[in-house]
Amino acid sequence: MSETPQELRYTNTHEWARLDPDGTVCVGISDFAQDALGDVVFIELPETDTEVAAGAEVAVIESVKAASDIYSPVSGEIIRVNDQLTDAPDLVNSEPYDGGWIFVVQPFSDDPNADLLTAEQYQEFCETDSNEH
Amino acid sequence: MPTIPTIFDTSKSGRIAGGQTPTEGDLSGLPNDLLRESKPVLPEVSELQAVRHFTRLSQQNFSIDGNFYPLGSCTMKYNPRGAHRAASQPGFLNRHPLTPAFASQGLLGCFWDLQETLKTVTGMEAVSLVPMAGAQGELAGGLMIRAYHEDCGDYERDEILVPTAAHGTNPATATMCGYKTREIGVAADGDVDIEDLKRVVGPKTAGIMLTNPSTCAVFERRILEIADIVHDAGGLLYYDGANLNAILGKVCPGDMGFDVLHLNLHKTFATPHGGGGPGAGPVAVNSLLQPYLPIPMVGKLDDQFIWLDESYFPLTIGKLAAFMGNAGILIRALAYALMLGREGMVRVAEYATLNANYLAAELSKAGFQLAYPTRRATHEFLITLNQEAKDLGVRALDFAKRLLDFDMHAPTTYFPLLVPECFLIEPTETEAKAVLDEFVSAMCKIREEAQENADFVKQAPHNQVVRRLDEVRAARELDLNWSRIEG
Amino acid sequence: MPFIPHTSSEVESMLQSIGVKDIDELFDEIPDHVPIANFRAIEHSLTEMEMVHRLAERAKLDELGSCFLGAGSYDHHIPAAVWDLATRGEFLTAYTPYQAEASQGTLQLLYEFQTMMASLASLDVANASVYDGGSGLGEAILMAVRSNRSARNRRIVIGGAVNPFYVKTANTLVRSQGIELVQVPHENGVFDPNKCTVDEPNVVVVQQPNFFGLLENVDAISNWAAERNALLIAVVNPLTLAVLKPPGEWGEIGADICSGDGQPLGVPMASGGPSFGFLSSKMKHVRQMPGRIVGRTVDANGDVGYTLTLQAREQHIRRAKATSNICTNQGLLVTAATIYLSIMGVTGLRNTASRCHENTKYLVAQLEATGRAQRAFHSPFFHECVLRCAGNVGNLTKSMINDHGILAGYPLGEIDESLEDCLLLCATEKRTRDEIDRFVELFNRILKES
Repeated sequence: MSETPQELRYTNTHEWARLDPDGTVCVGISDFAQDALGDVVFIELPETDTEVAAGAEVAVIESVKAASDIYSPVSGEIIRVNDQLTDAPDLVNSEPYDGGWIFVVQPFSDDPNADLLTAEQYQEFCETDSNEH
Repeated sequence: MPTIPTIFDTSKSGRIAGGQTPTEGDLSGLPNDLLRESKPVLPEVSELQAVRHFTRLSQQNFSIDGNFYPLGSCTMKYNPRGAHRAASQPGFLNRHPLTPAFASQGLLGCFWDLQETLKTVTGMEAVSLVPMAGAQGELAGGLMIRAYHEDCGDYERDEILVPTAAHGTNPATATMCGYKTREIGVAADGDVDIEDLKRVVGPKTAGIMLTNPSTCAVFERRILEIADIVHDAGGLLYYDGANLNAILGKVCPGDMGFDVLHLNLHKTFATPHGGGGPGAGPVAVNSLLQPYLPIPMVGKLDDQFIWLDESYFPLTIGKLAAFMGNAGILIRALAYALMLGREGMVRVAEYATLNANYLAAELSKAGFQLAYPTRRATHEFLITLNQEAKDLGVRALDFAKRLLDFDMHAPTTYFPLLVPECFLIEPTETEAKAVLDEFVSAMCKIREEAQENADFVKQAPHNQVVRRLDEVRAARELDLNWSRIEG
Repeated sequence: MPFIPHTSSEVESMLQSIGVKDIDELFDEIPDHVPIANFRAIEHSLTEMEMVHRLAERAKLDELGSCFLGAGSYDHHIPAAVWDLATRGEFLTAYTPYQAEASQGTLQLLYEFQTMMASLASLDVANASVYDGGSGLGEAILMAVRSNRSARNRRIVIGGAVNPFYVKTANTLVRSQGIELVQVPHENGVFDPNKCTVDEPNVVVVQQPNFFGLLENVDAISNWAAERNALLIAVVNPLTLAVLKPPGEWGEIGADICSGDGQPLGVPMASGGPSFGFLSSKMKHVRQMPGRIVGRTVDANGDVGYTLTLQAREQHIRRAKATSNICTNQGLLVTAATIYLSIMGVTGLRNTASRCHENTKYLVAQLEATGRAQRAFHSPFFHECVLRCAGNVGNLTKSMINDHGILAGYPLGEIDESLEDCLLLCATEKRTRDEIDRFVELFNRILKES
């Protein structure tokens, strides 16, 4: 069973988002998503200082047999990316919620979590999603 | 069998193949700052060392000449040596591409004959032989669709429809043509979901790309209805000719409502695949799209063959190759067509379909699950190993790798994506019944092995020059040329 | 029945196993209202003997003697071993190496090919080939535009005398994606960046030697492009890289991408195809590269092996977002080229290239000595040269073919009216002194009589 930490928020495109005390949102992909992708071999990171809308494609994550777009869960400006992933893309597999974070957004909204899924909602979504396939 | 060192490992500085080395020419007139100083990484070996190296490499390949190769959608059938011989004559091999037409009547005559043959085969109005592969034929088709709409002053159409099960080249081509791709669903019986099509088709639709028989390996039964729906919305129909082998001499794409198509001559017309190419992907169109065909084509003026270029086709989408595409492949295709003749061409589809249906029936009797059991197989068919994967933990990939140990190339795996754990199996008409029976035995044997010792199958292959390769490492730690590591 | 092995009793038992009465029944899902194909226009089948005889008659019509024509396709010697090996059934009749364990021969060969091509260009990586030099330029441009993410426009500068057939082909491939090719006219046959009116080109394309056979000032062009943050595509003849400065070493930072046609490396002219296009680049652009790429890795035992890699760029995975729709390479031609480069080696390739240069220099000097031709441009040339002729070049080339079986160069009037009286000529290593002398004599005589 994949892990879905309670304190995070999620999207139906399998990103997780963490609202940090400084008001920024850290983004990665869920344990469920990394497991479905398999061994990650490359991540095309977004460029910093770019403005993105919620739902916009900002990065690409590749395994040997698949490639998947990463969408920004919130609108805002990308202020940091995880350069470590360039040399160690496997962090996304081994530590999806820690060392495998992908980018940080400075959100435009005061309540960036508003439209995101809770852990429970996301788990439910994953169950229906995997039954359909 | 040990792995073979690279040719660079055999190399010794200063060694030359003396019989192949002309005397040095004088470069003294050239400016020094434009000359090379670094020494390129090229082998320095004797002629025999080179011959032995590449002979041994060739022995590490599966091929049609050596193995059953039922790779679905790829039509790996016998490539007649006669066609190769015919195309390898000095008059063809030594012809410079810019030789004027008056001194090229032999080649132009061949192209004319092939154009005429392909018109008949497809039931279309006109043919251009230029595209160098199926994917380039698709590109030509997409660009012609675009040119047509723009000529009609219709700039609103920016979507190409493709079924979810389509070849990856279809959406990739749409992108190269500046179009967006919209996917339409596939119904449970493998046919296009007509209701879904009706939902997405409209004033934005530039065209639809379809394969028939479809990539689900069944005949698209409502094809005329689909054609009407798309045409009524103002869109055009593109036929991906990858599966033409299945209907050759039975029905023509031109009679199924298609406006434009490509043929894969390396599939249907048996030209050799060469380890990945060259192919040839001529396009055929109805009169609507004829003005846009890629140049050059061959025409006839009195009794002379001539090149048809921009001056004859001012609306052409243009050139797709520096010269005339893969001319040598076109000659091989003509040679094959001549040997088949009228009767032989019809038999291609008949026996390809017989072999596929027989193999499907035998596999089904042996307990393997057909993906579309209520449908006829076409020239190929799909099985799903989902049950084996669930019960035994042995996946389609493992069956594929283990088949290699039985000296058979694996079928196409995991395509189309919508059928889980699938094999797309295309035996082709040139395989004998005994070979098909051996394939069924091998599949049964592998299943037995999996029941006894799943790990054994999951670790396959066991008898090849290498064991299963670490593709993750290949992608993470890129090692793409020898010099970068050891140089 | 050509190529179909079934006996009638086998057909019977197969039909029985399927549970149908005849083969026709297998087609019962094709709706009745789709008309049955009518193949009456196709003639009856020929035996191999009859077919070869017919095509031999055709081939004979096109046989000619000495070739002094280049313009993108060159008449070089090909060692006999090259095609003997390349057409072994194991190379000739294999497919794309999807099952790596059963395709190590092709995969290792491609890895060796990538090594040779990257090294010839002095760049980091090469792919396993694209279709030809013309479409290869189109792919190179698409690749550069994807890679140059900071660029503010989609304008590509075509510098001077880049092969016009390549430029036309590339234009077909790129224009639907809003990419504009801006041709900067040549200045005395070469590219002069000062004549360029595009301020911030996204990509610059230059050919070395250029279509006229002239050597461009590649260091200065490379620096000019770099100063404008434009990526530089070098179009080259791979044979000449044995002696000319490779693109990776041009100017301060070198070219970004190198493309061209591999025909000079062991591939017969054969009407221009099949040949192969090659692409090499700096490592930082590799994920934008189209086509197959082979990587070296290890197997489950830790032994060395080869496999296709970086496949997430490609159409079968990335579909609408793929780097290209291409899914074949020109495998067979790459096989021949790899064998050719191995047999020729460093010395063989260098001597072949320098011999071509010397032969062409001799040809040009002899023609100029007749007083009926002179060089149109004065930059140094490599193994092709533009000569302005005193007489009608159309009649000259026609008479050379009809009366002497000689291909006398490319009449440049076909692509540029200001070069109406010019011929582009080439003498490869295959042209002997006797052939050249005879050609010069005929050239002189025909122009004198005209």
